[in-house]
Amino acid sequence: MNMTATLGDNAAMTKTTASATESTAIESSSDAGIEEGKTVGKPYAAKEPKFKLRDVEVFYGADRAIKNVSLDIGKNEVIAFIGPSGCGKSTFLRCLNRMNDSIDICKVKGSLQLDDQDIYDPRQDVVELRARVGMVFQKPNPFPKSIYDNVAYGPRIHGLANRKSDLDEIVENSLRKAGLWDEVKDRLDSTATGMSGGQQQRLCIARTIAVNPEVVLMDEPCSALDPIATAKVEELISELSESYTIVIVTHSMQQASRVSDRTAYFHLGHLVEVNDTVKVFTAPEHHMTEAYITGRFG
Amino acid sequence: MTEHLSQAEIVRKSLKKRYRKEKRFRAYGILAIMIALSALLILFTDIISKGYSGFMKTSLNLEVVLDGEVMYLDDPTDPRQIKMADFVEPLVQALMQEIPGVTDANREAVRKLINPYASAELRDVLKENPDWLNTTREMSFLAHSDVDVYSKHAGDKAYSIKLSPQQQEWVDMLKAKGVIETSFNDVFFKGGDSRDPAKAGIMGAVVGSLLTMFVTLVLSFPIGVAAAIYLEEFAPKNRLTDFIEVNINNLAAVPSIIFGLLGLAVFINLFGMPRSVPVVGGMVLTLMTLPTIIISSRAAIKSVPPSIREAAEGIGASKMQVVLHHVLPLAMPGMLTGSIIGMAQALGETAPLLLIGMVAFIVDVPGGFFDSATVLPVQVFLWAGSPELAFIERASAAIMVLLSFLIGMNALAIWLRKRLERRW
Repeated sequence: MNMTATLGDNAAMTKTTASATESTAIESSSDAGIEEGKTVGKPYAAKEPKFKLRDVEVFYGADRAIKNVSLDIGKNEVIAFIGPSGCGKSTFLRCLNRMNDSIDICKVKGSLQLDDQDIYDPRQDVVELRARVGMVFQKPNPFPKSIYDNVAYGPRIHGLANRKSDLDEIVENSLRKAGLWDEVKDRLDSTATGMSGGQQQRLCIARTIAVNPEVVLMDEPCSALDPIATAKVEELISELSESYTIVIVTHSMQQASRVSDRTAYFHLGHLVEVNDTVKVFTAPEHHMTEAYITGRFG
Repeated sequence: MTEHLSQAEIVRKSLKKRYRKEKRFRAYGILAIMIALSALLILFTDIISKGYSGFMKTSLNLEVVLDGEVMYLDDPTDPRQIKMADFVEPLVQALMQEIPGVTDANREAVRKLINPYASAELRDVLKENPDWLNTTREMSFLAHSDVDVYSKHAGDKAYSIKLSPQQQEWVDMLKAKGVIETSFNDVFFKGGDSRDPAKAGIMGAVVGSLLTMFVTLVLSFPIGVAAAIYLEEFAPKNRLTDFIEVNINNLAAVPSIIFGLLGLAVFINLFGMPRSVPVVGGMVLTLMTLPTIIISSRAAIKSVPPSIREAAEGIGASKMQVVLHHVLPLAMPGMLTGSIIGMAQALGETAPLLLIGMVAFIVDVPGGFFDSATVLPVQVFLWAGSPELAFIERASAAIMVLLSFLIGMNALAIWLRKRLERRW
């Protein structure tokens, strides 16, 4: 384990007793310094909680992937989930619109509420939930159809537009919001898979917001994009945050610090720390958070 | 440094061996392909060399004197008279005219050069043209099948045993004169089966095959695709579905004759459906084809990228919408390919059809799904078992027709896959 390069002259280092040997110990022993269900910082700080999540546990068979996580997500807030690979941030994100349903061995426990409505209530229709909580995925996944049909698909299946002109309007608005309209307005009928990766991802965002959801979940939306495309998508996230609640999972701490209001740090299924993004990146309260954001592991 | 050098040396030494190994492996591969190709080549040369003559017929061009006296016929419009009249005599006389030095003693030998069905042809002609009575007409009739094979395989002893040396001489002479002529065998493509090889055709078997295939397609494609979609998309993963899956795979390996027995026991004996009909044949072949279609359709559904599924689910598409709008269109090329290959298999199937009576000798071209019929491979089976020499080439010709159907179906599968894939 060679981490001396990143340790260097980091001032924050003095706060913990972290040394190369100790951080090795942190990684190998699963729960070092983390108390289950105890989250440092401000997990319930949101003024108007959109999501109220309490004691959430997710099991993959016998594996406990999410351990006793409680968190509020505010309305029109951008919250970023960060953490090392396999820490459960994507799993947790997918609970918010029940994308885990299709995995047979996946079981979710605890209370997950969207506007005081239980997400995992058997009476909760998953189609309705996903119309309210849209999702953008890691790899751009446009349908192998035309650009227009991609954006129009959601409104069509939900019956949001009765007339062709209404549908055209929704498509145009969504593409405008996604900053893609000027690039594609002359070729709405050409196939979406012929676009560049960044354009495809913005098209996927346009497709998601065409349904006019309340929440947009983003699972590492920029990990397959180059820096310029990433910058465009980040800009888009900032604009969208005015009208949508956005939950974004990211591997890039710079991205989290650029786009989010609050940041949640996950570690091996625990929610270690949640705080205002500025606070997390300048003065993290938990030594694990600090070790991660200073690049000692992850 | 010395250690470095020696390592390079070791690598270099092993290189030769490694490349040799690669070369040897490549040689094995080429050899394997050569064996397969030569087997195919032998098969095709054998069938084509034996069968091409099946596409030719031998006919006699005769100047027939339609003498009412000879035929005992005054009025061709009278059905009773037509029934009693002698239509063989004018043909024999016309042929004897062409053979110089022939006597009445040879009458029987000459008659045996003419096809037994030629007199019936003459009768039909006269029935249609009653005014031809007592005129002389240039007409063409089928030669006897023994003459047919002898004239096609001149010089081959194996094909001349049925004709006496004198008859052989006559045939050679008539051929030189142009009385005996070979031409394209339209009879083969027009008619149904016959006891006489010269008269036998594959049209009945082709139509029977098409009808049977139609029933198979209409039943097996929707059932197979629906089963595959349910198993892949909706069925819970539990012991029962595991059991079903194992058994579908087992069914794919069941010998086809078992399906024939099942068809005989269930469709014919239990449900009382008629024997030898395309409907029952199609149902039996459906049972046989279903596992193939289900397995290939499931593979096609599995190969649809999960990202597309997730994308649709993420917008809030219901399970049915995900399947209908995204999974099915993407899986369709694979499903079609699997189905066509399954159908091609069914087209070449003989064993199960023998048991449900599609092996009967059927002269008429079937007109519907409930008419007695036979199919191409069974026709090949029937002809291959016939003693007449001329049936050998008919069987080979029928194999060629069957093979061209199969190649056509496979080509269609490839074309469909290419086309549908490009659309997406």
